[in-house]
Amino acid sequence: MNRFIGSALVVLLSALTVSAAVPAAITPGEEVLVEKATSGNHGGRLVVALRAEPRTLNPAIAADAPSREVIGRMIADLIHIDRATQATEGALATEWKRSSDGREYTLKLRKGIRFSDGRPFDADDVVFTFQVLLDERTGSPNRDLLIVGGQPVRVTKVDEYTVRLTMAQPYAAAERLFDSIAILPRHLLVEAYTKGAISNMWAVSTPAAAVAGLGPYRLKEYVAGQRLVLERNPYYWKTDSAKRRLPYLDELVFLFTGNEDAQVIRFQSGDSDVLSRASADNFGVLVRDQAAGRYQLKDLGPSLEYNFLFFNQNDLTGKNLPQVAVKQQWFSDLGFRRAVSRAIDREGIARLVYRGRAVPLWGNVSPGNRLWINTSLPRQPRNVSEARAILKASGFSWRPDGALIDRQGRPVTFTIVTSSTSAQRTEMATLIQADLKELGMGVQVVPLEFRALVDRVFQTFDYDASVLGLGGGDADPNGEMNVWMSSGSNHLWRLGQKAPATAWEDEIDRLMQKQLITLDYRERKRLYDRVQTIVAEQLPMIFLAAPHILVGARADLGNFQPSVLDHYTLWNVERMFLRPESRSVRR
Amino acid sequence: MNRPRAIVSVLVGLHLLVLLAGFAAPYDPVEQARAFPYAPPTPLRFVDADGRFHVRPFVYGVMPDPDNFDGYVEDTTRRFPVQLMVTGAAYTLLPGIQSRIHLFGVDSPGRTSLLGTDGFGRDVLSRLLHGGRVSIGAGLVATSCALLVGVTFGTLAGFFGGRIDAALMRAADLFMAIPWLYLLFAVRAALPLHLDTRATFLLLVAVVGVVGWARPARLVRGIVLSARERTYVTAAKSFGATSPYLLRRHVLPQALGVVLTQAGLLVPQYILAEVTLSFLGLGVGEPTPSWGAMLGSLQQYSVLTSYWWMFTPAVALVAVAVAYHALTSMVHERMRLVTG
Repeated sequence: MNRFIGSALVVLLSALTVSAAVPAAITPGEEVLVEKATSGNHGGRLVVALRAEPRTLNPAIAADAPSREVIGRMIADLIHIDRATQATEGALATEWKRSSDGREYTLKLRKGIRFSDGRPFDADDVVFTFQVLLDERTGSPNRDLLIVGGQPVRVTKVDEYTVRLTMAQPYAAAERLFDSIAILPRHLLVEAYTKGAISNMWAVSTPAAAVAGLGPYRLKEYVAGQRLVLERNPYYWKTDSAKRRLPYLDELVFLFTGNEDAQVIRFQSGDSDVLSRASADNFGVLVRDQAAGRYQLKDLGPSLEYNFLFFNQNDLTGKNLPQVAVKQQWFSDLGFRRAVSRAIDREGIARLVYRGRAVPLWGNVSPGNRLWINTSLPRQPRNVSEARAILKASGFSWRPDGALIDRQGRPVTFTIVTSSTSAQRTEMATLIQADLKELGMGVQVVPLEFRALVDRVFQTFDYDASVLGLGGGDADPNGEMNVWMSSGSNHLWRLGQKAPATAWEDEIDRLMQKQLITLDYRERKRLYDRVQTIVAEQLPMIFLAAPHILVGARADLGNFQPSVLDHYTLWNVERMFLRPESRSVRR
Repeated sequence: MNRPRAIVSVLVGLHLLVLLAGFAAPYDPVEQARAFPYAPPTPLRFVDADGRFHVRPFVYGVMPDPDNFDGYVEDTTRRFPVQLMVTGAAYTLLPGIQSRIHLFGVDSPGRTSLLGTDGFGRDVLSRLLHGGRVSIGAGLVATSCALLVGVTFGTLAGFFGGRIDAALMRAADLFMAIPWLYLLFAVRAALPLHLDTRATFLLLVAVVGVVGWARPARLVRGIVLSARERTYVTAAKSFGATSPYLLRRHVLPQALGVVLTQAGLLVPQYILAEVTLSFLGLGVGEPTPSWGAMLGSLQQYSVLTSYWWMFTPAVALVAVAVAYHALTSMVHERMRLVTG
């Protein structure tokens, strides 16, 4: 298309949208939240390339990343985690009080504010939301979080703008639980809910008028296979310091691309304005091209994501996997795992796989998580001779050709499965393969299609070892319960335990449960430090590296303050604006 | 110039180079020089920084740039002359023959990566030569499989005709219609994970080859069909010649030209099939190099746009394919002259 016509169309489109969604005047008695130290100007649109098409706009059931990325801009929560400070702040709740026994929270709600369709918000919406999320028929991924001490959180209405939450036991950092739990509009969904059809509501193709939320944006248009457009919520409850209603940007456009490379190419060519997590190699390409000055790039330092190698220690009774069972004699040997850990060149992984934009890891908490990392864990560099000594002490020996053999004389060979869609994890496995060859271990790397990999790790247990990554949610240890509890759904090395298989897993279970009900930060930190120490000693996972968060945005995007917490770039989209002097220059 | 001789010597040279990869390559193809990821090709120099000429080519020492992941600076104070017949990493020259002698190299800590290094700091030239073993080997194995099955079935169908012919040719139709890509996925999925990746790869290559029997079979069948009716064949038959004798003596020699030209066409085609297999993750598996696996890294946008020397396996592929096609047309022409 002709560039001139293109820009003319853009101008025309923005003119149309401005007339469609002008910020509503602030009504008397409306408790708006005034964002301090913000200044910007209204207008413009921001284009974001998504890796895949969102599956739903229903906050109660959304589980996939693209859906959550879009929905996150359309909803608001009661208490929010400020992505910049990692601390909690009031959102739809203006204030909250914890009872002295730590089991009861009373929340005061923001008065006089409205959903994006203009209908008022009150305590009934909050009660309704928790009713929906806790209902098993809904199938909400948030449900597990709202079960405390084996019982669902109870939410009752005190008056029109006050709700009370009661929990079966004290729950540490309970206010963090509310982050990202979208408050649903009762008036739009109650009918579907009583019919038991809530999970069918708000497919991406739903008419815009039938979807409403309390977030800065609301649905405008969805074009299958191409894009989803959000427009300003004219009733949004935040204003800037000049008491002008936010958000600044008129529109938010999500384009659907196929993969990360396509996302990066779109960003590089100026088709999209924000890039939400680039891989280190693509970031390198962008850095080189940055001279043109069309975009700003930021390396935010280590993320909360931890990548690790782990061995299959699952209970294989009832599974016909003799070839894995034989190798489990090595995998369950602490000496074996310690030797592997000592032989891995973590610095090399950080440098080669992540181009130096990562930190080597010796524990499950990344340095990006400043509040919770146990800094006293030993950071042992690669040492092959020590690794060999550990193996020897564990009864392993070497054949004349250098191959490692166990007590029964079997050569130590195993396979590392990785996801073929993650170039980084396959590269990590390739480096580990070369490192372990120096110990005489024969390692094969098999990249598998992601679903096939998940099936092997979680269902069939037909694998030897794998390289995976976890983390990236909240910084709080509660988000890690499902990994470290022996009964947890992400207790990857040995899933589905009815009772802890080892003494140290039992100790971790007790520590994790204790920190969950401990309210004092220092005491919780002490408990979680001990968990980290046990994990680092027992090495159920051999931690490798935490990649940096690498993001970018067009150069003239104001208030772009990316964070190491999800959503990395768009978490403060309501405050983002385009600097006027350059608005016309770029395209 | 004698064109046929040139073509043959180019092909023989290429294959010898690949066969003796261990000797021709300066480094072990799986050795990771982790300080040198994506190092660009080392220039061979004759003139030093002071403008002096040296008869023996040399390279300068290379230092990684600490601020830049793939940046390197040349240290012109350290000159490493290129030496012939140097001792380096051990390799197997031919089955049973171990050696440490490499065609060329430089003294440590100098490095000579004439075609640069990959993301793990592995020497691309060494990987290219060793990878040729896998890729060309896959081409030859698959071609042999296809021709062996194809010629056998084609001859049987053409010579005996009737029901055998009908059955075999319908089977050929069926095999031509097989979506072999999905067949390969099915075969890979059916194989256990712990099977050696090299064995798996060989099996897949054989499957690709066997699935490709239909086309040569049809061609051979046509030749056999017409040869069978020649007067001298009928004459020999009436003198009491047996079927094996007729086939060996009169019929199959007629098909030789077709078989040779088919071979010339199939080898590059199956070398390309290896690239496809590796692209789909069904290749020989890390760290063993193959041209397809090496080209696989170009799937990453950053590699595609940043490191031109990663394309060299493609150049090798084109060279081999062109040489084989030249050989094919040469054979074709010769055979036309002979059979006339």
